[in-house]
Amino acid sequence: MSSQRPYVRSMDGWWTRNAYYMRYMAREVTAVFVAAYAVVLLVGVVRLSQGEAAFNGWLQALKSPLSLVFHLVLLATFVYHTWSWFNIMPITMPVMFVGGKRVQPRTITATGLVAAVIACAAVFFFVRGTQP
Amino acid sequence: MADAEKIMEIEVLRYRPEQEQEPVLQTYKVPFTDDTSVLQGLQYIKDYLDGTLSFRWSCRMAICGSCGMMIDGKPKLSCKTFLRDYYPGKLRVEALAHFPVERDLMVTIKDYVKRLEGIKPYLIPKQARTLDEGEYLQTPQQRDRYMQFSACINCMLCYAACPQYGVNPKFIGSGHMALLHRYNADSRDGGSDERMGPVNEEDGVWGCTAIGYCSVVCPKQVDPAHAINMYKAKSSLNYFTRFVAPKDADK
Amino acid sequence: MKRSNEPIFWSLFGAGGMLAALIGPALVFITGIAVPFALMNPDTMSYTHMLAFSQHWAGKCFAFAVIALFMWHAAHRIAILLHDFGVHAVALVKFGCYGFAFLCTVIAGYALLTLGG
Repeated sequence: MSSQRPYVRSMDGWWTRNAYYMRYMAREVTAVFVAAYAVVLLVGVVRLSQGEAAFNGWLQALKSPLSLVFHLVLLATFVYHTWSWFNIMPITMPVMFVGGKRVQPRTITATGLVAAVIACAAVFFFVRGTQP
Repeated sequence: MADAEKIMEIEVLRYRPEQEQEPVLQTYKVPFTDDTSVLQGLQYIKDYLDGTLSFRWSCRMAICGSCGMMIDGKPKLSCKTFLRDYYPGKLRVEALAHFPVERDLMVTIKDYVKRLEGIKPYLIPKQARTLDEGEYLQTPQQRDRYMQFSACINCMLCYAACPQYGVNPKFIGSGHMALLHRYNADSRDGGSDERMGPVNEEDGVWGCTAIGYCSVVCPKQVDPAHAINMYKAKSSLNYFTRFVAPKDADK
Repeated sequence: MKRSNEPIFWSLFGAGGMLAALIGPALVFITGIAVPFALMNPDTMSYTHMLAFSQHWAGKCFAFAVIALFMWHAAHRIAILLHDFGVHAVALVKFGCYGFAFLCTVIAGYALLTLGG
C-alpha cells in the first residue's frame, strides 16, 4: 500500500505536552545554575590573582543580601542536581549481578546519595579543620 | 451494576489524504462496559458507526505490538487500555506521535523497519557450530543478562514517547538499542563489534538525552532507556581506546 | 555516517556532573553562605588563606577541576537544552557553549598558574 501524503505533525513546544517532559527540562535547567556558580568561583580566582584589594572586593560582594539569596537558590538547585543525578545514574550503568542477584537501580541511587552526603560532610569538616 | 451500559465519547483524529489537507477531529458515542478496551471501542465505531475508520490491530492481548496509539496524549496499546478508566468524559485518540500519519490512526513505519534490519537483530555465533555439537547451554544468570530486552514487541510506543526521535527521525531510538543489546548480551552471540557502527554515530546513542519517558511507556517493561544509555559509556570507552587496541576499532 | 565526537563532551559532562553531585552543595554552602555570613570562621576565605590554598599544587588542581569541570558539564547540558527549546543552529550553539567553557578553562588555568607557588 503506497502512502498518498503522510502528514507530519509539529514538534514545537513538545516539552510542554506532559509533566514528565517538564520535569526533564527542570533537571536540565540546573546546568545554568552550575555554570553560574562556576563563574562566581572563576571571578574569585581571577580577583585573587589581581591582589588583595581586588579579592576583598569579591569577598565583600559575597556578603550582600543579593548574593545570599542567589546562593540559597544555588544551594537548592545543586541539591536537586545531586538528587536527579543519582536517580538517572543507574540507567547509564551496565546490567550487574552481585551474588547471583541483579543489582537494582534504587541500590545504585541510594549508594550515590550516601556517597554525596559523605563527600559533602568530608569537605565541610576538612574546611573547618583547616580554619586559620 | 457492573453490566449497565454507559456511553463514552471517543474523539478520533481522522486523516484521509484523498479528502483532507490536515487531520480533523471526529467524535463518536460508544457504549461500553467494565471490560471494554479502547481497541474494542474503535472496533465498535468501525462496525456500527463509521466503516471508514482505519486502525491497526491483531492479537488484542498486548503481544503483537500493532495497536499502539496516543490515548489522551500518552502512547499506549489500545488493547491494553480500558474505557472505564477515562469515564466520565471524553477520550482523545490519535495516531502514534513522532511518526508521519498515513491514514487515521495508522502511521508510516517503513523507516522503523529498515533501521531495525540495520542493527543485525539475530544471533551472530562466536564460532561456527555443527549440529552434533549439540545445543548451547546457558545458566539462568546468563539468560537474565538479556531476558528483559528480548520482551520487546516492536510496538513503537518508546518512539512515540521520545521527543528526540520526534525532532530527528534518523535517531536510532531506544527500542532498537534494546534489541541490539539483547543480542550483544546473549552468551551465544559474538557480533558486538559488528553492531557498534550505527551505535557510535551522531544519530546513534548520541541522539539520546536521557529523558527516560520511553521506559515509562513500555508495555513490556523492557527498560529501553537503560539499554541505550548503557551504550554511551561503551561507545565512549571504545572512542578513547580504539587506537590503543586495534581489534576494537569500529568497522 | 561518520562516528560522532560526542564522547569527548559527554565524558566531560559526566565528570563535572559527578563532581557537582558529590560536593557541589557543600561548596555552595561554604563559599556562598557559611563563610560570608560568619556561620564559619570568616577568615577561612581571607586573602592570605586563599592565596596559600591556591599556591599549593593540590589547591590549584582542586580549584581548576571544580571550575573547569562544572563549566564543561553545564556547557554540554545547556547546548542540549537550547536544542530542546527549538534553537536550530546546532553548530553555532555548540561552538558558543563549548567555546565559553574552553575560555573559562583557559582563564582559570592562567589565573591559577600566575598565582605562583
